[in-house]
Amino acid sequence: MPPPDDFQTKLEGQRAYLLRFATLQLRDADRAEDCVQETLLAALTGEGGFDGRSSLRTWLTGILKHKIVDAIRRSSREPAMALEPEGDGSEFDALFDPRGHWAEAPSAWERPDSALERSQFLAALETCLGQLPARTARAFMMREHMGLETEEICKELGITATNCWVMLYRARMALRLCLERTWK
Amino acid sequence: MKMMLPCREVTRLVSQGLDRRLGFGERVALRVHFAMCEGCGNFERQMKLLREAVRQLAEADRPRETGSQST
Repeated sequence: MPPPDDFQTKLEGQRAYLLRFATLQLRDADRAEDCVQETLLAALTGEGGFDGRSSLRTWLTGILKHKIVDAIRRSSREPAMALEPEGDGSEFDALFDPRGHWAEAPSAWERPDSALERSQFLAALETCLGQLPARTARAFMMREHMGLETEEICKELGITATNCWVMLYRARMALRLCLERTWK
Repeated sequence: MKMMLPCREVTRLVSQGLDRRLGFGERVALRVHFAMCEGCGNFERQMKLLREAVRQLAEADRPRETGSQST
């Protein structure tokens, strides 16, 4: 059995990744740091839980996701979040003519295949994500970044499934428009 | 079911298709539409690329745009 400090060194090696993962979802450096801290502590004290069948990163990310959901649950009670206006997705109707056809059809994006293109695309995406309203971004990242099912997102955010789909729709439409300008 | 969905409805369905299992009729309607509408086909590919890309965000090992990167 490896000495415990060896395990701790390995955990520390994942800190930067975990912090990045948490910050993408929470958009708040302090709360992200808290979640990572709790995760590493839980990993240290529950070392037996790591059986080596998944990678250390995957295992830690699983713990981190729970900590992030806890943090989201706490913050969704905050009044600032609840006050943000809700749309119904109709704000994108202007993209279509009265019969519902595209006013300007989406272009075929070039797939970002080279490493450079990929990193440019991801940088553009991150900028676009930063422009989404907080609640919309939170729901979208819970779905796509954390990989949660709609059902769980509804439960944590206290919204209906329909509401959730509208939020995700709005996020995707806004990101697409933003990327259409900065990528293609 | 109408013969051809308007593109506006197609975008909603494509998005929901990423979040729930679409019904048989909905899937057929989308296929029929894609066969005739290039714009919506592009839209669907953009949505798939968006999903793939978000999953790579945390892995991405690259200089932060707004970070205090010293070179």
